[in-house]
Order: sequence, then C-alpha cells, then structure tokens
Amino acid sequence: MATTNIMIVGVGGQGTLLTSRILGKLALAAGYDVKISEVHGMSQRGGSVVTYVRYGDKVAEPIVEEGQADVLIAFERLEALRYLHFVKKDGTVIVNDQRMDPISVVTGQATYPEGIIETLKSRRKTMVVDAMSIAKSIGSPKSFNVVVLGASAKSMDYTKDQWIEVIKNTVPPKTIDKNLEAFEAGYNL
Amino acid sequence: MAESKMMLGNEAIARGAYEAGVKVSAAYPGTPSTEISENLVQYDEIYAEWSPNEKVAVEVASGASISGVRSMACMKHVGLNVASDPLYTMSYIGVKGGMVLVVADDPGMYSSQNEQDTRMIGRASMVPVLEPSDSTEAKEYMKYAFDLSEKYDTPMILRTTTRLAHSQGPVEFEERVEPIDIPYERDIAKHVMMPAMAIKRHLVVEDRLNRMADDAADMKLPSGVALNRVEYGDNKIGFITCGIAYQYIKEVMPEASVLKLGLVNPLPLSLIKEFAGKVDRLIIFEELEPVIEEQVKALGIKCEGKELFTRQGEYSANMLREKVLGLKLDIEEAEKVAPRPPILCPGCPHRSVYSVLNKLKIHAAGDIGCYTLGAVAPLSVVDTTICMGSSISSLHGMEKAKGKDYIRSWVAVIGDSTFLHTGVNSLMNMVYNKATGMVIILDNSTTGMTGHQDHAATGKTLKGEPTYAINLYNLCKSMGIEHVYEVNAFDIVALEETIRREQDRDEVSVIITKSPCVLLKGQVFPDKCVPIPEKCKKCGACLRPGCPALTRNEDGTISIDDTMCNACGLCMQLCKFEAIKKEAK
Repeated sequence: MATTNIMIVGVGGQGTLLTSRILGKLALAAGYDVKISEVHGMSQRGGSVVTYVRYGDKVAEPIVEEGQADVLIAFERLEALRYLHFVKKDGTVIVNDQRMDPISVVTGQATYPEGIIETLKSRRKTMVVDAMSIAKSIGSPKSFNVVVLGASAKSMDYTKDQWIEVIKNTVPPKTIDKNLEAFEAGYNL
Repeated sequence: MAESKMMLGNEAIARGAYEAGVKVSAAYPGTPSTEISENLVQYDEIYAEWSPNEKVAVEVASGASISGVRSMACMKHVGLNVASDPLYTMSYIGVKGGMVLVVADDPGMYSSQNEQDTRMIGRASMVPVLEPSDSTEAKEYMKYAFDLSEKYDTPMILRTTTRLAHSQGPVEFEERVEPIDIPYERDIAKHVMMPAMAIKRHLVVEDRLNRMADDAADMKLPSGVALNRVEYGDNKIGFITCGIAYQYIKEVMPEASVLKLGLVNPLPLSLIKEFAGKVDRLIIFEELEPVIEEQVKALGIKCEGKELFTRQGEYSANMLREKVLGLKLDIEEAEKVAPRPPILCPGCPHRSVYSVLNKLKIHAAGDIGCYTLGAVAPLSVVDTTICMGSSISSLHGMEKAKGKDYIRSWVAVIGDSTFLHTGVNSLMNMVYNKATGMVIILDNSTTGMTGHQDHAATGKTLKGEPTYAINLYNLCKSMGIEHVYEVNAFDIVALEETIRREQDRDEVSVIITKSPCVLLKGQVFPDKCVPIPEKCKKCGACLRPGCPALTRNEDGTISIDDTMCNACGLCMQLCKFEAIKKEAK
C-alpha cells in the first residue's frame, strides 16, 4: 500500500500528541509500518504545533512535506490555513471550528483573518466540525480533540471497531467512556 | 515474534540502555534529550538521576564506569559544552564498564540557542560517535555502543537529532543482559591524568581511533547487519549519509546507491574509497556541518555536498527532489497568516514579575528557560540570553564595564533549576568581586521548559523519591549576601517595592520570586477571573502583560476565556477600576 500522510495541527496544549499516538497505534495494530513525528519543548507553550503520522507498507521519512498530506486534521481555524499548502490537491481537511487568537492578534500587531472556512472550502475538500460544542454537550469539553478524530475516521481505512479498540488502549482509563462517546459523536457527523 | 511497540527515538534509547545492562545514568534535562531519563525511571535495575548540570552528570557516569559498571549520561548538544571538561579527559582515561554519552543535536533549533554539530566535538575530543536513523536503530546502536566502548576502551557518543529523538517507530524488545561484574583495579597510569600519564595516554587515544577506523568496515551490529552499510543500486549517483538524512534518500531515491554510516567518527575510510570508486557521481548528504564531506575531500575524492545543501536547519525529501532530481515542485505558497510563537501560559508567575520590571523600565540579562520568552512583546523585558547561568555573570560584566549606576536599571533573571545548574558559580563571583546588582531567581519549583523535571531544590528525585530540598534562600545567604528576599511572584505591590528599594543598594541583592509553574501536576484552580463590563474604562491596563486568556472586545471592553484562566489575578491587580473579579469556576 502507498504511504498515507496525515498531519495534525493546532495550538500547543490542544492534544495533538495524544491524537497522533492514537493514529500511530491504529496503524501498527492494522499491520502497517508507521512513523510519527512530534514537537516537544518550547513550541508547546501555546505556539503553533504540528505532528505527522505516516503509514504504509514501508515508511522511511518521518515527516510530511509541502503538498504531500492526504489528511489535515486541524484543531483551530487559523492553524488549518497556515498548513493548507501541505495538503494534496485531492486531500481532505478536517477543521475544528474554533478561534484562538495568537498573541500578535491580542496585542493588535496582526489581525485574525476573516472567512477562513470559505478559503479552506474553496481550495480543498473540507469538513467543518464544531467539536467544542459537541464535547461540551456530552459534558467533556477536554475530549473535543477525540470528536475531531471521530469526524476524520471515515477519511482513513480502518473499521470502527479498530478505532474503538485503540482509543480504549490509549486514553487514561477514567476517561474511556467519555472519549468513546466523543468519538461516536464525531463519527456520526 | 518479539513484542513490538511504537517508541520515540528517546524511548528506544532508554530501552537499549536497559537491555545493554546499564546500571547508572545521570542527566540534566534538555530538549530534545529529556525523555530518555524519564523513560529510564521504569527500570528498577537502573539507578537514574537528575544531576544539577551536564558536567556533573558525565562525571557521575565516569565514576560508575571506572568502578566497573555500564553507565551513561544524556544531554542536549549545548549540554555537552558544559560537560566538555570531563569528556576530553575521559577520552584519555577510557572505561572499565562501558560508558555512553547520548547527545541530542537540534537542527532547525526547535528549542535551542544554537545549532552546533556534536560530530565536531567527537572529532575534537577523539571520542567515537555513532548515529542511528530511526527508533529501531536507536535501540540497537545504544546497545552496540556499550560493546564498542568496552572493546576499544573508550567512552562513546550516541548522537541523535530532534527529528530522531521525537519521531516514533516500531521497536522490538529483547531481554536485558546483566553484565558480568568487573572488579575494581587500582591503575593510576590510566586513571590519574597527571602530565606524565596523560602524555602516554594521548598516544593510546590516537592508536585507538586508527584501529577503529581500520575495523569500521567490518563492524556488525548484534542483529548481524553492518554498522556501516553499503546498499548498491543504480551506480549513476551514490550518496554517503548518516542519521535521519538517510530516510529522505530512501523516500525519494530508493534505487540510488547509498553508503549509510552508523559510525560517524572515526570514518571507515577504506569503505568510503571503495564506494566512491563504484559510483559516477558522489554526493554527501549530511545535516549541519560538512564533517564527512571535508574528510572525503581530504582523501582526494571528488564529491558534492554543501554546494548543493545548506548547513542550516533540517533536511527534507523535497530538498533532494529539487537539488538532485532537478524537479520543479508544484507547491502552493504558504498563506501569510499571523505567526503564533510560543508564549508564557495563562497564570504563569513569570508574567507577573515581568509586568513589574516592564513598568519600572528595567532591562533584564536573561537566561535559559520559559522566561526567555520575556524578550518579546508585549513584556519586552529580557535584553540578553547566552547560555545556562549567563544572566548573573553577564550582569556582573556589565557592572565592571560601565559602573554601578549603569546597572541600577538592570537585573539578572534566572530560573530555580538554571540557578542550580550554573548560576550559583556566577553569584559567588559577584560576591567575591565586590559587585553591585540585583539578581531575581524566578522560583517556580520545577524545570519548566523541558516539561517539569525535579531538581536539587524540589525535594524529589528523578525516581520520584522524597529527598532533601536545597533551600535557595539559605544558599544565597550562606555566600555572605545580606540582602536576600522571598516575595510571592503574584504580589506585584511587594515586588515593586522590593525592586525599587534594592535598585539603590551598593551591594549584591537577591530577590527570590516564588510561585509554582501553573502546569505542575496536582494543582487545582477552583476560581476564574471575570470582567465586569459596566465598570470597565477600556484603558487596556489588564491586557498589557499579554495573557492569552484575555481578548479585547470590539467595544473596547475585555473577555476572559474561562477554560484558560487560572485566576492568578494579575489582570485584576492591574485594573484600577475594580472591573475584574474572581469567581468560583
């Protein structure tokens, strides 16, 4: 199988690491070769973060480069736009419809772009998920990233059971039920 | 089939150390090396510690090695500078039990102040260097490094880079091999480096490197694979490469001939000559410095390298597509959107201290940690950052250069962990050399930037055991500094008063600002700050410190994100109109 390239982008603290690890385990359990590349350290302090997951028969490079991503999972609108040029022309964008102002916007040195969702839709196949509202409605706002993951599931080639199994094995035991509920909500969108 | 698990390069290195029978490990945290020690904690067979700095860590490992056990030390690239002193001489002494330094370089400077190449230090210190190219190799090379260390009687360096350290790949587990206990032997000709002994040892070191270079072509990993591997394919282009760069070649040109070096110091010269003779065009593909390229050229072999590829940052597959295959890549331009650099967290105590320094128009000689972020707008307090511990000593230098009145508008700012790393020496120097100046120790009870590691003043070891906590106040007092003050980092009134008072003093003073890092585990934040729009005069005073939880509304009032706010109360203290209150979440 040709290598599938997935990027997860967001703001430090939004759970890109957990998401990439779920995707990595999923691919490994399905018998693929997998590589994940993460960002630790300084970039995690509220900065723009990106992690890469690549799986297939044999994976060499651990990163996804410009124009190579099959799926872009974005936890924040501006971050989806920042990395849009990494997505293949026929690739898919799954974006959490949330706005978080970078410090340059807060201090008035820059503006938060208008119409991001429209731009994304005009350039790539795009799915918009209001994950925070969904996560809040099930009483678990922190699981918003799993809602987004659920929404992205149909863009990848795993069965629903495979997803559920890996989520169970990855998230903290106390949060399994809420995370499965969050996944289900995203999956059914 | 053996158990296989997704592992970070750093986790794989820890696993390799375990399987190799390591008994002692010492380290100081530093991205991207930190997770190695954090992963060693799970192995009861290994004594693992956080040392106050890398020099101490390498000396701990050296003692363990001389006593006959396998030992290791881990650090980031700049940490090896701190540890250079023991490194260069341990090269002469050699080992009893195998000894490996894991050193993580940071091409692209994701979390570092420079982009130095550890292979150069390996050459300068005449210490052999291995470099793996994925997690599987990271584990295997780590184990093999101990075999080489003992066989050639030398400390070894295992060099990694950020991309390798923080990438995950499947790793298979093997059993731990308990090494045979090596009895201690007194041997002053080898273990005491006085000139008469060192003169003889220098010859041994040179001979050792020559022998390793000669043997390198035949070195085989425990799995039977050659350490320096030739993969012949199409002979039109041949690459010599190492580390993560190898993966980019396999991605783009799997059919090309490749000499993949696992031993990057010394180089297997005979193998290189043979390989060069079999390919039409020889390209050296190595991140950072032209370490391999210059040695290949010194052999009189024609090759290309840095004329095609940069010395800066990380390499990529696209780089090969463009520079070697000559492809014109169809890549859209990146959207020009507002940058999102890292910032201090909501509720960070550093923000509070910096807001006071900013108000008083004080310049800070900075140091290495999250608080380096105080250099950028809107806080704009930190003027200099060189290396660990440099804040205090560079402030001292400024005072000696321009006089005590000049530095009344300056302070040194340094974190608790960094102070214990190398700041203590600098403070001693200020006292000894009759300096004037204010040092602020930003005590957040942890090593913050690298992800919350304990240190000598937290009362807990790397293994999580309770221990004696060094008291920073008493430590400063014991140096003879009369004016040492502890102030709550969020009490901006007391902070301002203390700083104003100490500015006029003609001796050294230390202010320890205290409040734990908001990300430290086990803390609860039951409250949140809430704006009262009716009272708001839209002056923007609350927004000045740049807390990410606050945003200005279109009408000039503010909103506070209740999922981000930890109710530190800084914005509330800055509001003169009582337009922000605390409420239970």
